[in-house]
Amino acid sequence: MKIRIKFTKQGTMKFIGHLDLMRFFQKVMRKADVDICYSEGFSPHQIMSFAAPLGVGLTSLGEYVDIEVNSTGSTTEMLARINAVMVEGITATAYKKLPDHAGSAMSMVAAADYTTSFRTEYEPEDGKTFSASFKEFLENDEIWVKKKTKKGEKDVNIRPMIYSLNIGTNKILMQLATGSSANLKPEMVVRAYLDAAGQELAEFAMLIQREDLYADLGMDGQRRLVPLSRLGEDIE
Amino acid sequence: MRKLALSDEILLSIDKPARYIGNELNMVVKNPGMVDIRFAMCFPDVYEIGMSHMGIQILYEMFNRREDVYCERVFSPWTDLDAVMRDKNIPLFSLESQDPVKDFDFLGITLQYEMCYTNILQVLDLSHIPLRSKDRSETDPIVIGGGPCAYNPEPLAPFFDLFYIGEGEAVYDELLDAYKKIKQIGGSREEFLMLAAVIPGIYVPAFYDVTYHDDGTIDTFRPNRKGILPIVKKVVISDVDTVKYIEKPLVPFIKVTQDRVVLEIQRGCIRGCRFCQAGNVYRPLREHSLEYLKDYASKMLKITGHEEISLSSLSSSDYSQLQELVTFLIDEFKGKGVNISLPSLRIDAFSLDVMSKVQDVKKSSLTFAPEAGSQRLRDVINKGLTEEAIIRGAAEAFHGGWNRVKLYFMLGLPTETVEDMEGIALLSEKVAETYYDEIPKEQRRGKVQVVASSSFFVPKPFTPFQWAAMCTKEEFLERAYIVKNKFREMLNFKSLKYNWHEADLTVLEGVLARGDRKIADVLEEAYRQGALYDSWSEHFHNDIWLKAFETCGINMDFYTTRERSLTETFPWDFIDAGVTKEFLIREWKLAGRQVVTPNCRQQCSGCGAKEFGGGVCYEDKN
Repeated sequence: MKIRIKFTKQGTMKFIGHLDLMRFFQKVMRKADVDICYSEGFSPHQIMSFAAPLGVGLTSLGEYVDIEVNSTGSTTEMLARINAVMVEGITATAYKKLPDHAGSAMSMVAAADYTTSFRTEYEPEDGKTFSASFKEFLENDEIWVKKKTKKGEKDVNIRPMIYSLNIGTNKILMQLATGSSANLKPEMVVRAYLDAAGQELAEFAMLIQREDLYADLGMDGQRRLVPLSRLGEDIE
Repeated sequence: MRKLALSDEILLSIDKPARYIGNELNMVVKNPGMVDIRFAMCFPDVYEIGMSHMGIQILYEMFNRREDVYCERVFSPWTDLDAVMRDKNIPLFSLESQDPVKDFDFLGITLQYEMCYTNILQVLDLSHIPLRSKDRSETDPIVIGGGPCAYNPEPLAPFFDLFYIGEGEAVYDELLDAYKKIKQIGGSREEFLMLAAVIPGIYVPAFYDVTYHDDGTIDTFRPNRKGILPIVKKVVISDVDTVKYIEKPLVPFIKVTQDRVVLEIQRGCIRGCRFCQAGNVYRPLREHSLEYLKDYASKMLKITGHEEISLSSLSSSDYSQLQELVTFLIDEFKGKGVNISLPSLRIDAFSLDVMSKVQDVKKSSLTFAPEAGSQRLRDVINKGLTEEAIIRGAAEAFHGGWNRVKLYFMLGLPTETVEDMEGIALLSEKVAETYYDEIPKEQRRGKVQVVASSSFFVPKPFTPFQWAAMCTKEEFLERAYIVKNKFREMLNFKSLKYNWHEADLTVLEGVLARGDRKIADVLEEAYRQGALYDSWSEHFHNDIWLKAFETCGINMDFYTTRERSLTETFPWDFIDAGVTKEFLIREWKLAGRQVVTPNCRQQCSGCGAKEFGGGVCYEDKN
């Protein structure tokens, strides 16, 4: 049986890297007595996969891990059991049974929502001008940036990967392409704008929170984004 | 949400920020304002090393069981953060509350190995606590040290307000109660130290004066005020089942050295190897009952979610109910994806059978610790392992599917000859030959691989070799080359590998291990000149140390290459560690005559540890 767990990563837990988070969840499964399936072989491992690694320094309200179990309690019971063995900052918020044929969170993820803001000492001097010219910048059909790849650098047009972007009072909401086929990080968007404006994005200038992750259920090139948690059902 | 001592900018620009944020599973959270005593428990090395040590976790839990105490953890910041903290003048903090260590009542530092001594000074310095006890004010924490190196605390004497000699569970409650009492009546630091100094096991270095002969050896070592005893006696728990082990081990986020449940099955050792400090100072051997261990194994695996459990002791094969314990662990947990690791096992039919059940034979290697290359020298050091037993064990292992063997040796042991050194290569060759003799060609899975490593011998206090001369760096390396060259002559040279430890580091360890109070100045000078993380070979700078010895006018050879006379007063002689000097002298003489001493279960050798009233000394005598 496939299960999808949605969880938060808040506060000091933003300093825990992806590999360590994976190890943490393996322990959580054992502590909470989740009847998780193990792989075959001499050193069996839990059947578990995460949607999309979150960078160190980012917080999130919408992280996902898929597991396979032999048996399970209800959503309410399992959330209580899992959260009883978590640490401050990491909380499971959904526990859904997936259809048997469902694709993994990792293969399905297509987009992410981010809320970003500047840390106090890094805020733009003139918020209004910043927001007006940023909006203008986004009117471009193409935004070319240099992206680091395994083989060096290459030029990428990131404009098609920005699905939406709203600028509020010291807050930028973005919906960006995420996943294996196209992946865009929020700092990259802000950096592209500042580069074009002849400014530099200081290291650590941004506070970034991932809000949720989406699958694209659209057909024929029409995007239809659905939160990964909606692809499963609560267990009564 | 918890507040951190370090800003996001700092945490995101250093390696492994998770070392400094706390919040691990089973971290104890209390309101610091609601307790009487705040205790900062420090392991003076990096987080991953410190968190792998069970001793501080036992004490962490024990202290926090008291409602009036909040015990928190402190580790050495890694060199990257160390630089930032100095630059920005950020005081060292505890992981739990993230409060400055300087605001605590106690700073307890565990002394596990000599090469961490400069890190102790780093911890004090970064905490903004004066390095020397005499310079501390009423508001500074009381700095207390404990652990194996407290059996010769003298090189550290000026930096500590007190030392705890023995097992932590024994008298810490009494010490904390004394502190509370003094605090309530508004007493001074000095008054507390006076009260503490009369508690068994507690040593207040400032209350003792040392005078020296012209040749540099100790003339007198005695209390400088009334009511202070000239001898400090170690404290131990006579029945280890009466104290709690760790019920809620902390579970780090990042991978640490011991990333598993560690179950201490017994304390002490019956073997009496003459080079081994632990085997002497932790006497007598005291076993936990099977029921105690089953209970803790289950509890700890359940509460940590760890996927591995390891048994810990100086010699696990000597645990009298090992078979029952291992069978229980396999039956109970193997099916639940839990690995079982069994270090320090003697290789025999039983252990091979167990290991084939709990490990992947193809991936694991077998370890033997003959410690010396010849039977003659093994008799000198009283290491009971015979060549016959090694070859038999290896043969059985090869039949069981293993083809990798590790052999551990020491070089520079007392009375060592060229034959003993070459014996390391010869024994390794014999192990390799055993593989080719025993296993028919068609059944071999590749070549056999024998890796021999040697460390250099360091004489330690409270061992029969405390009188022994240590080799110079040049002598050590010369011996390593003799072994290396002998390896080249071996028929199966291509199946053998030989490596050895760093000699510089060993010589310094030798000075610190048997050092006196005069060494403290060298320590401080070396630290001031940049020595830190000396146990990490990439951070060890021998030139800094050599310069520091020179600056302080201290001759290293006085501490290392000199064989002591039986009448010399040692810096640690004021400690009663249970084993008597008479016993150690007897053993030192027997070593010279290559006479072995039976282990505690075969025959009592009257070492003196019987007076602690428990353990192996009283087995079968109820």
